[in-house]
Amino acid sequence: MSEMRYAAPANLEDAVALLSGANGAARVLAGGTDLLIQMRGGRVKPELLLDVKGIAEMRSILAENGGIRFGAAVSCMELVEHALFVQTWPGVTDAVKLIGSVQVKGRASVGGNVCNASPAADSVPAMIAAGAIASIVGPGGRRELPVEDIAAGPGKTTLAKGELLVSFLLPRRAPRSGDAYLRFTPRTEMDIAVVGAGVNLTLDAQGVCTQARVSLGAVAERALLVPEAAAALIGSKVDADALKRLGAAASAACRPIADKRGTREFRIKLAGVLARRAAQIALDRARGKN
Amino acid sequence: MDMKTTKPEEKAFKVVGTRPVRPDGVPKVTGQARYGADFALPGMLWGSILRSPHAHARIRAIDTSKAAALPGVKAVITSADFPEQEYEFIGPERVAVNFWHMTRNVMAREKVLYEGHAVAAVAATTRAIADAALELIEVDYAPLPHVIDVDAAMRPDAPLLFEDMITRGIEPPPAKPSNISKRIEFGIGDLAAGFAAADAIVEMDFTTAPVHQGYIEPHACLARFDNKGQGELWSASQGHFVVRAFTAKLLNMNIGDVLVHPAEIGGGFGGKTVIYVEPLAAALSRRSGHPVKIMMSREDVFKSTGPTSGASMTVKIGARKDGSIVAAEGLFKFQAGAFPGSPVMNATMCGFAPYNIPNVRSVGYDVVCNRPKSAAYRAPGSPISAFAVESVMDAVAAKIDMDPLKFRLLNACKTGTPTVWGPKHAHDGYAETLQALLAHPAYKAPLGKNQGRGVASGFWFNNGGESSATVHVNEDGTVVVATGSMDIGGSRASMAIMAAETLGIEYEAVRAIVADTASIGFTHVTGGSRVTFATGIAVVEACNKVIAELRARAAMIWKIEAADVAWESGCAKPAGAAAGKFEPMPLKAIAAKRALTGGPIGAEASVNAGGAAPGFASELCDVEVDPETGAVKILRFVVAQDVGRAIHPSYVEGQLHGGVVQGIGWALNEEYIYDDAGHLTNAGFLDYRIPVASDLPMIEAVLVEVPNPNHPYGVKGAGEVNIVPAMAAVANAINSAVGRRLTDLPMSPPKVLAAIDAGC
Amino acid sequence: MAKHHVTAALNGNSVEFLCETQQTLLDVLRDELQLTGSKEGCATGDCGACSVTIDGRLVCSCLVLGVEAQGKSIQTIEGMAQGDRLHPLQRKFLEHAALQCGICTPGILIAARSLLERNPDPSEGEVRYWLAGNLCRCTGYNKIVDAVLDAAREMRGS
Repeated sequence: MSEMRYAAPANLEDAVALLSGANGAARVLAGGTDLLIQMRGGRVKPELLLDVKGIAEMRSILAENGGIRFGAAVSCMELVEHALFVQTWPGVTDAVKLIGSVQVKGRASVGGNVCNASPAADSVPAMIAAGAIASIVGPGGRRELPVEDIAAGPGKTTLAKGELLVSFLLPRRAPRSGDAYLRFTPRTEMDIAVVGAGVNLTLDAQGVCTQARVSLGAVAERALLVPEAAAALIGSKVDADALKRLGAAASAACRPIADKRGTREFRIKLAGVLARRAAQIALDRARGKN
Repeated sequence: MDMKTTKPEEKAFKVVGTRPVRPDGVPKVTGQARYGADFALPGMLWGSILRSPHAHARIRAIDTSKAAALPGVKAVITSADFPEQEYEFIGPERVAVNFWHMTRNVMAREKVLYEGHAVAAVAATTRAIADAALELIEVDYAPLPHVIDVDAAMRPDAPLLFEDMITRGIEPPPAKPSNISKRIEFGIGDLAAGFAAADAIVEMDFTTAPVHQGYIEPHACLARFDNKGQGELWSASQGHFVVRAFTAKLLNMNIGDVLVHPAEIGGGFGGKTVIYVEPLAAALSRRSGHPVKIMMSREDVFKSTGPTSGASMTVKIGARKDGSIVAAEGLFKFQAGAFPGSPVMNATMCGFAPYNIPNVRSVGYDVVCNRPKSAAYRAPGSPISAFAVESVMDAVAAKIDMDPLKFRLLNACKTGTPTVWGPKHAHDGYAETLQALLAHPAYKAPLGKNQGRGVASGFWFNNGGESSATVHVNEDGTVVVATGSMDIGGSRASMAIMAAETLGIEYEAVRAIVADTASIGFTHVTGGSRVTFATGIAVVEACNKVIAELRARAAMIWKIEAADVAWESGCAKPAGAAAGKFEPMPLKAIAAKRALTGGPIGAEASVNAGGAAPGFASELCDVEVDPETGAVKILRFVVAQDVGRAIHPSYVEGQLHGGVVQGIGWALNEEYIYDDAGHLTNAGFLDYRIPVASDLPMIEAVLVEVPNPNHPYGVKGAGEVNIVPAMAAVANAINSAVGRRLTDLPMSPPKVLAAIDAGC
Repeated sequence: MAKHHVTAALNGNSVEFLCETQQTLLDVLRDELQLTGSKEGCATGDCGACSVTIDGRLVCSCLVLGVEAQGKSIQTIEGMAQGDRLHPLQRKFLEHAALQCGICTPGILIAARSLLERNPDPSEGEVRYWLAGNLCRCTGYNKIVDAVLDAAREMRGS
């Protein structure tokens, strides 16, 4: 039986050194809600488990230049109990609230959700729509990367050996902005998204959409940023016609697989429905924030 | 709101019908109750089971030498460690067992027949070593083509699980082997003439997916067996006497040499009436000389233990314009899993049982296929045929433009109505459940957009059978009631209530326990809704013997004849003025003098209880369908069930709530999903979607009480029939909401949306 | 490699144990510390039968490594009653017959206590969503929800 090392460094330098120096597979342990299941199922057999919960930046939520920076290992429950976070980013909050049960959210982190690189991860479309930027530290120093560029495919990220996703920056909100995330699951809770849709938009004083980002989950090998869907909203008053075009563009962007959670046709159709419904919620939220 | 409808003339009880705290309650809310996995012994080893990665393969060889050589490994076993069993079906046909099959199911011999089929087991000093040893066992498999779908398995060119299996129940027997284990047919009347007389006929095809009982506690046991041929087991099961009998048989031991201690059981719903890990732990313990504990993983539970059947069915019903049903025909093809023994016979019997139909034919096929052998699941078979029959009933009612409840009421069976399998119904109760729904405010409540209402009914036999109980009076006047029935949901409380009522003492003075296999007479499984009925009869009988003894002791104290002592309200009293003038003597006073009057006071009763009355349930479901996603939300659900009499109404209501919610899961989301290689792809609670709390409204239970004259308190089994109508009720509600009849379970969102979009 | 030596507070008492890296907190509680009140229903965080709190946070102990408990305060079902006094939730579960087989009960009680600590006056819907991570196959959840709402009422003193 191979032995598994466990290390809990207190700072980023030590963490990166440990990650870079690992002989075999190294895995970052934040909440562990995906990793422990993979280990138990024998799908991963790490040589090193790197518990990052002792690293301050990875566990804090702070205001930064009008935006919010939160650590990649902050638990989902800490996020959804954080008043400023919830008030500023209700759509990301929607998504984070959907990551498993209260128990799972007590451990699971957005960093883990992003780095697990499941196409169905709930927080990812919402974070992409929000324009979240990841801060990554590695042997070569620190770099910034939009969240949509982290997943490379199911279970794969673009992070290099020794690199560690440390925190996310959610940017400053323009006035009259709103975001929303919806997913479809057969059950109300305890389920994996069959389709997820995140929409983030900004209105001008006349109620015309000036900026929008639309992202879809579980309809491709990774969460997609769909500029064509956003284009359907920009310049419109987000009326029924614009929402219809948004839905069509969202469905057209899908390239899903059929699996135990849904057929291709079902996912394609639902992507349009959910994008439309999420945009409506985002619109209502933007209108409520003058 | 839960409700109760009782006939007004009933006599009042003091304890029956009250809702006291269960005797085993405190340990279960403090974490002290010990379930199957909670036992340990000094020197204990951990057992682990190697399972087949193939859906179907021949085992050419198994080499366990490397595993046996791993430090810490104390025993490795394969099927070679179990004696061969005779090929014979034992017991009544509906529940027959065949040990040739059973020994192969607990440990594969010539072939593996499903993914997850056990092929070897290891006992080691730690769980990690046991698991590591499994990886060192080399099994040489020759993979074979597999088949899972029931219709595919019945085709002449299907891969055969057993190359020599000839279908039973066909005369003359077929010349060629097939996967069809058995054909069953029941019929009464003249079918052709019946349908010829019908004004409206509806015929539809249905399919259902296999579903699992989904108990939260995985199978687990601890075994301590010695090489002198004796052993004991701590096991969570629905029947420790059955565990004892099966384990002894598979190990070629005397029944008396095996002692089974009843662990608390974490849910069963039929799935723990059979054995999986017990003979393996016992054999490992015998081989290693150490106690051995085995716990299944959740994945093992889904892949290796019995779900109920998936089915393919055709049902045809004909009725006259006036609403009378004139003919019905059903064809029911059931997956048995890897070994014969699906509940198809029950399905053929139960499907049309609620109705008075002069001309009926019911045909069933029991078909083996490459998934785990089916095990009992709550009213086994009946919910599946009811889904088909009750859907067609709904369509027929619509076709003749009749209210679906009144249509059922018009045709409802009652005492004397013939059944398709021969005997006449001996009890009422069905019509009363329909009347309860008709009178329920929910039936007339308005519905909104995309909302619909469905109703359906169901029948279940309910069992009696063998049970034992002892009742002992302690010197302080308290009483201990012991039975052989595993307490799966409050039966200690109902036994204590019946004992207190019979003896005329306070509930708190009675303590009910579950005794091990050496301490009480044989008692059949906690299943078939039989415990409160059959074991209840044993308890009451034992109490009556105790009362006779108490009267005799009082007579001795009073120096009069026992015949002159009556028992009333927990006291001995002179039976009439002629008997003499004595103050009533309470049980407590008699108990205090027991040593002077002959010693300990107690009695045992063992019964083979006949006279079980069937269960009927009628259910109403309101749904809202999202026309853009196919999502179905349960808005309201009312279940009216004839329970005879509710001994502890809270636990009876709980049975109704729980059965309905299992039915909702079966209706909407639960299914075994296989890939092309025959691997189960959703062997976990994430993707095998049992209902969660937020999926549901409060289920509204109506306890209909039409007492069973064959039980001292009127009990009818209450545990099972509640699940029977549920899937059809949901399907009928979806049809009412969106005008689409779903005929393939589960009615998951993709299927509902496809039906809406197809416009059919 | 040597086992990890972990010190933690368990139900208010200091406790030390040795564990291997891959052993979960649930394994440690059940197999090393003989506290079998926390149950393994799935070992994948989907059933909630192993629910405990760590530093007041509700988690599945099957999704936490034993070594991660170092320096933490853990509460299990065995610490819910105070001496011979049951917690109001425990009492209400008994009064309402909110358990049938009882295997999910320890986890649900721990989860419900965690809810009532944050929200002393939850709606039926809030109870249902908070408990969505705790599977019960016996009761259909009716009486569980009733018991939690009734316990909340009593604890609020209304």
